[in-house]
Amino acid sequence: MSGIGDIAVRLERPLPEDHSFGNVRPILHEVLHALERLADTGEPTTIDLRAMPFGPGEEQKLEEALGTGEIAIRLDALGESRIVECAFPGVWLITHYNSHGEIMARLIEIAEVPAIIRAESPDLRSGATALRQRLEEGARDDDTTDAAMPEPHNTTDETG
Amino acid sequence: MLGNMPEKQTLGEVLEQQGVSRRGFMKFCATITSMMALPPSMVSAVAQSLESAKRPSVIWLPFQECTGCTESFTRSHSPTIEGLIFDSISLDYHHTLQAAAGHAAEDAKHQAMEANKGEYLLLVDGSIPIGNPGYSCIAGMSNEDQLMEAAEGAAAIVSIGTCAAYGGIPKANPNPTGAVAVRDLIKDKPIINVPGCPPIPMVITGVLTHFLTFGSLPELDHEGRPVAFFGQTIHDRCYRRTFYDRGLFAESFDDEGAKKGWCLYKLGCKAPTTYNACATVKWNQGTSFPIESGHPCLGCSEPDFWDKGGFYEPLSATAFGPTSALLAAGAAGAALGAASAYAARRKQKKAQESQT
Repeated sequence: MSGIGDIAVRLERPLPEDHSFGNVRPILHEVLHALERLADTGEPTTIDLRAMPFGPGEEQKLEEALGTGEIAIRLDALGESRIVECAFPGVWLITHYNSHGEIMARLIEIAEVPAIIRAESPDLRSGATALRQRLEEGARDDDTTDAAMPEPHNTTDETG
Repeated sequence: MLGNMPEKQTLGEVLEQQGVSRRGFMKFCATITSMMALPPSMVSAVAQSLESAKRPSVIWLPFQECTGCTESFTRSHSPTIEGLIFDSISLDYHHTLQAAAGHAAEDAKHQAMEANKGEYLLLVDGSIPIGNPGYSCIAGMSNEDQLMEAAEGAAAIVSIGTCAAYGGIPKANPNPTGAVAVRDLIKDKPIINVPGCPPIPMVITGVLTHFLTFGSLPELDHEGRPVAFFGQTIHDRCYRRTFYDRGLFAESFDDEGAKKGWCLYKLGCKAPTTYNACATVKWNQGTSFPIESGHPCLGCSEPDFWDKGGFYEPLSATAFGPTSALLAAGAAGAALGAASAYAARRKQKKAQESQT
């Protein structure tokens, strides 16, 4: 009786490296037009890569074409997000993952700074409230303040 | 998942309680905006709506189905982002998923229907047999009676999957159970069809999220499907479309054309007449879709897809005779697509006429 090992296996040649489905170039043009618009008017643009009909390997080709620039940011909120500036300043590749490391969204943002990086007003206010609270607690307990605060003298002066 | 949080909380409150930061919330909004197939410029509007969105009650009734739709739905549920969406709805009845059984389960359903009368969302998967009620019943009640009872107080009905939307496989010739779709029985409620065998998990999530975010149903096409996901054919968005336009077709599943990823039209691909989001949203966390795996589209999100000829016969075969002559003559791919669409519509119309 023949076993599974007797079944002939033939390795197929993968698609050649220069194989193209033709979907990368139009997106690069879209990025170019958005970048020119940003430079002229300051208007940012976001392109949702999930809405694009990519063939096998095309997303990687797009990534290679966009290149890597000077900034890479990691955001930890509801899973990781990677925000990478491409070789062209103002063009950012943003990948949102869930906590299982699965890609939830992939965007190209053409902007001076990606919107999600900016601290928004509610954050500034809650941050100020939290810091004030810590300073007040520190003033009540100098030992704790010394250990936790970077500038204990200023803290004492302001709150005392 | 089944009713584990207080009613009438806003999503903003839910997220705050869970310690979600503003950036986390904006990431959530960016993801679900993409999930709803809305343009990225809508993220701020989505964020604004979601902060004050109320948690809706959802009742899910499974009828003549294979549980594939529920399987698909639960595959879109993983921790963090999508989990927050499901934590944000109150799934009050789903007899496959819930722990309760018998009278306790039926009582819970009736309580939820009474408490949320006129406001709850009714989800249905599976078709409804209207002949002998014994073909499919729950707690001694026919599927038809269950549907009519639950539909009365619903704000809207979502038909999940091709069986609920159009009758699907149970309705396929010779339709032994007399299966019909939800829209054949309910005429006085808004119905949104989310067809597919099964539907793409992200599309189910997208529709629920739209209701959660905006408190209304999305724009629908002539078949009652959300335009955001079903507005274009798979062919329109297929990465192999360039080969179709150039007249490059796979002739068999193992020829050079198939290996080079050429168009699968001649192997029976129904993408030119099938409206769905598979080509962009894809399956298995965005890994691929049938055509990308080398198999023609079966057209599972279209009415009566099971009775539209062989899965491996080209769309043009039954309408025009042998395909070879047509393909040789028609070098222009666009003309071919238009002819196929016309042929399919004509065939569908004929089938409908023969049923009435």
